[in-house]
Order: sequence, then C-alpha cells, then structure tokens
Amino acid sequence: MILFLSNLISGISLGSVYALIALGYTMVYGIAKMLNFAHGDVIMVGGYICFFATGQFGLPVPVGVLLSVIVCTVLGVVIEGLAYRPLRQAGSLAVLITAIGVSYFLQNAAQLLWTSNPKVFTSVVTLPSLSLFGLTISDETIVTILACIVIMIVLSLFISRTKLGKAMRACSEDRAAAQLMGINVNRTISLTFAIGSGLAAIAGVLLCSSYPTLMPTTGSMPGIKAFTAAVFGGIGSIPGAFLGGILLGIIESMAKAYISTNLANSIVFAVLIVVLLVKPSGLLGKYVPEKV
Amino acid sequence: MKQRQNQNAQAPTLLQRLGGIKKTTRTDFLTYIGVTVVFLVMFVLQGQGQLSNSLSGQLVPICCYIVMAVSLNLVVGVSGELSLGHAGFMSVGAFTGVIAAQSLQEAIPAGGPRLLVAILVGVIFAALAGVIVGVPVLRLRGDYLAIVTLAFGEIIKELINCLIVGWDENGLHIIFNISGTQSVNNLGLSENGIAIIKGAQGATITRISTFLAGYLLIMVTLIVVLNLMRSRSGRAIMAIRDNRIAAEATGLSVMKYKLMAFVVSAALAGGAGALYGLNFSTLVSSTFDFNTSILVLVFVVLGGIGNIWGSIISAAVLTLLPELLREFDTYRMLVYAIVLILVMLVTNNEWLRQLPERVRERMQEKKGGARP
Repeated sequence: MILFLSNLISGISLGSVYALIALGYTMVYGIAKMLNFAHGDVIMVGGYICFFATGQFGLPVPVGVLLSVIVCTVLGVVIEGLAYRPLRQAGSLAVLITAIGVSYFLQNAAQLLWTSNPKVFTSVVTLPSLSLFGLTISDETIVTILACIVIMIVLSLFISRTKLGKAMRACSEDRAAAQLMGINVNRTISLTFAIGSGLAAIAGVLLCSSYPTLMPTTGSMPGIKAFTAAVFGGIGSIPGAFLGGILLGIIESMAKAYISTNLANSIVFAVLIVVLLVKPSGLLGKYVPEKV
Repeated sequence: MKQRQNQNAQAPTLLQRLGGIKKTTRTDFLTYIGVTVVFLVMFVLQGQGQLSNSLSGQLVPICCYIVMAVSLNLVVGVSGELSLGHAGFMSVGAFTGVIAAQSLQEAIPAGGPRLLVAILVGVIFAALAGVIVGVPVLRLRGDYLAIVTLAFGEIIKELINCLIVGWDENGLHIIFNISGTQSVNNLGLSENGIAIIKGAQGATITRISTFLAGYLLIMVTLIVVLNLMRSRSGRAIMAIRDNRIAAEATGLSVMKYKLMAFVVSAALAGGAGALYGLNFSTLVSSTFDFNTSILVLVFVVLGGIGNIWGSIISAAVLTLLPELLREFDTYRMLVYAIVLILVMLVTNNEWLRQLPERVRERMQEKKGGARP
C-alpha cells in the first residue's frame, strides 16, 4: 500500500511537469493551430540557464529561476517572430518543418555552447522532505505538485477573467472575427508563446530538480510525452492539458513500477492510442463536426 | 492513343511515338531514365575509385533514404495524411530482414540472393505492421493521426529493444525480454548457434547490401508508386485527399484506399529498412527513432509534397549536406538547421513566390509601352 502510494505520488509529480509543458503545447495549438516541436527544447534551455545562474554564478535560487523564465519567454517570442510569423498564411506542414528546424537549431546551439557532456543539476528545492504515515515524500515532489496547481489556477483565472485572456480565447475560436473586433492577433499570439515558454522554463527547472541530468537532448523526450499528454486531454483545452499530463505521469510511473521499465513509454503510448480510438478528440476536447 | 497511332501507322518514327505518349507517362519514363543515368555515373565513378570514402559509404544509405522519402510521399503527399512514425516500419523491415539474412547464411551462401530474400521478408513484415497500425489509426484525422503514428513508431522501437533472437540448427530462438533481466545465455542455443539480436545492444550483422541493390530497390519503389498514382486506385486516393466527403459520396471506400496507400508505403519502407540494416555491421533499434521519421518527413516536404522527383533529389542532397558542410566542422548541424528554416521561409514567402510573375508583367508592360 505504501509502495503504491509512493508510486502514485511520484507519478503525480512527474505528471505535473508534463502538465506544465503540455500547457505550452495546447495553448499554442489552440491559437496558432500549429504543433510547436521546438517547445521541448525551450525546457532544456530553461534548465541550462538556471543551472548556470545558480551553480556557476552563485545567484540565489529565486533569481536563477526568474532569470531562466525571462530568457525562455524572450526566446519564445523571438522564435515566434522570426520563424513562425512569416509562415502564418502557409500550410501546416511548412510550419511543422520550420518548428523542427528550430528544434534542431536549439539543440545544436546548446551543444556548441554548453557541450554534450551531461551536467549534474543541483536541485533548486532545499526543504526537508515530508513524512506521512511512514510515507516519505521528497521536497521536489511537493514543490512540483504545488507549483503546478498554483500555475493552473492563476492561468485559468487569467484566461477567463482578464481582457488579454478573453482576446486569446477569441483568437483561438475565430482568428478573422477576432481581428475584426479590434484584437491585435499577432500580439496575442506572441503573448501565448511568451506564456507557454515561461511555463516551459519552470517545467525545465522542476524536471531537472527531480531528474538531475542535463544534456542538449534533455527536452526532447519530455517534450514528446507532454505533447502526447496535450492530445490525450484534448488538444486546445487547458484543463485537458492538466488532466492529460497528470494521468500520463501516473500511468508512466505505475507501468515502470508494476509492468516493465523497458516498456513504460510503450504502455503510455498504447493507452493514448486506445483513448483516441474511443474518443477521437481526446478526453476533454471539443468534437467539431465536419461541415460539407 | 490508338487512333493517333493508326494515323501514323505508316512509319511512326521514334520521336512521333514519344510525342504520342501521355504526358504523365513521359515524366515517369524520364524519372526512371534520370535515376538510371545518375546510378550509372556513380557506379562507374565508384568502380574507378574516384569517390571519396565518406561518399561511397553514403551511397547505400542515400538509396534507402530515397526509398523512404518516396514511400512516405505516398502517404503524406498522395494520401494527404501526416505520418510521424515512418521509421517504425523501416525498423520492422530492418530487424526482420537482418534475422532472415543472418539465419539463412548457410542455406543461401551467396550474398545477392540472400539480400533479396531479406528484403522480401522485410517488406512482408513491414506490410503486416502497416495493416496492424493502419486499421485503427486511419480512422483518426489530422494531428491526431500524426500523434498516433508517432506513438506507434516509439512503441515499435521499444518492443524491438526487448527482443533477443538467436539461430541454431533447431531454428530460431526468440525471447521477449520484458523484465530486462534476460540475456543471450537464456536462449539455449546449441554450440553452432549464433546470437542475432541482443536486446538493447542491437544486432550483429554480416554486411551484404550493395549499391546495385539500392538502385534496384529505388526502381521497384518508383515503378510501384508511380503506377499506383496513375491507376484508378491512385485517383481514388487523391480524390479522398482532396475532398473526403465528396469522394465518400461517390461511393469510394475511404478506409480501403487510405489503407492501400498506407500499407504500400509501409512495405516499401520495410524494404528500405532491410537494405539499410544489412549495410552496417551493427544495428540498434534507436537508429530508427522519432528523429529518423522527422528526417524523412523533412525530405518529403522540402522536395515538394506529392512530388516524386523532389523527394528523390532532396533525400539525396540532404543526406549529403552534412558531409558537404564538413568545412563548417562543429557548426555543420547548426548550419543545417538554419538552412532548413531559411528554405521553408523562402519557399513560402508570397513576395518571392510572385517575383517571377511580376518580373514578367513588368517586361510585358515595357513592351506594351514601346508600342506606338
């Protein structure tokens, strides 16, 4: 029972990281209708910035995290402006390939700047771990889960209550109509990328705190998994990304503990496939009927 | 066609005959001839030892990637479905092909026929995988289909990673190593037995792939794909791509034709995989990961979606590009990424795209202005 609970909690913790990354995917998809494959590599950049800020330059942890969020936010906006904005009218495949190009670029730039030797990330969380009924929960786990919940609440309030959030919802529903209503679509899309990339930075720091190996390719597999989580929950839906991320984390952790470490990813993907076959638009996705 | 031939029945010269052929047929023949000419040139150059070592080493992989690109184009371009797991089928073909080739070493000592058998085995198993994946997946659409093909690609990679296979006179020994604790010793091979696939360490291979085989595989792929595109089924596939609802309303079975394109594409990828696998002395399943699928997709998109010629050229050029960029040394993959982004930006730029037209208009205006 204790073992089960501890697996469950580590699954929720991993799932929280996936959820944070998936938010970036799902928001960008909702508004720009594009799969931003470079998102996973933004996580990696976030991890590196924090690593150098706190480890190399000895800055305090909050400053390091803030710095990494700022750098990633700027990076996201720059990527969108330089690579994706010129392709706004182009086909979705062209944008996809460009995103892949950006992903290659970030990975190789990171390799040149920081070499491919894995760096050992020192956890940014230095709290005592919690013991409950004989169950030990590490400090990283608690902080990760709390951070994810807080971010989810703030983000939901932002989207539903503020004017900018309303603009984002309008753009994702009908871009042309939003433009006619006086919404600056380009700026709204930039804002979406900024938020998504900022969240990716936080996710990167949390991911590296729990799994402390940092390499130029660190972001790609969590990126793919988070993308899967976004689709799992229904891409374009923010609660869906949260739910999908958490469920994916739990499934992965359970599969690792009870079935096979070698096949954990396969089991995650198999569950995704089954869900999509039963409910083709994801768990919380809206079903849009096709019109003739 | 027939009428025109009858009119020229007296003495149809070669040129007249060529003129009478349908335009698409002519392009297809030009494609075959073009590929053959390039192959002959490279073959002669290789025979004379004029190619650098790195280039000769790339010849077979280039052939494999051309086959991969052309076959993926059948799914992405002709059938209009985005597949992100094409490398999975290559992987199935590669490992089944390798198992066949390694275990038939004594039965078929000659390399050529053994390679042929291996490729056929690869094709058959990849086609089977194509059916298994395609039947559920093709019910989905758009990005959902893309993510599920990606998922299948990753699943295939992990499953193969768990395989331990060996061969002795009693036949094949296969262990599916789920727990990760088993090794080759658990296979129970006899003394003459050989271990073929050792789980995560990959396969040990006697290399038998040749450039000639690569060329032949490309030709077979082209013949299959081009003829499929020009056939009744091909037109049905394209009709479904262009307007699924209209095509369905005319009585076309959407599932049947989509599956046809998907399975043919998977089978060809399996052939390419077998050839690729048998070109190296070791092979691990992570060779065929998500990045490989993406790489092939990049070939297809850069070459022009639905354009077979484009796929061939871009697969060849982009495989060689990192080699050609060697003078940039450590920066070459960075340059590759930048080239990729720039090409996408330039080819999709409205202003640049309309440039030739505007220049022509300008020229005509000038001509018109000169008129009194």
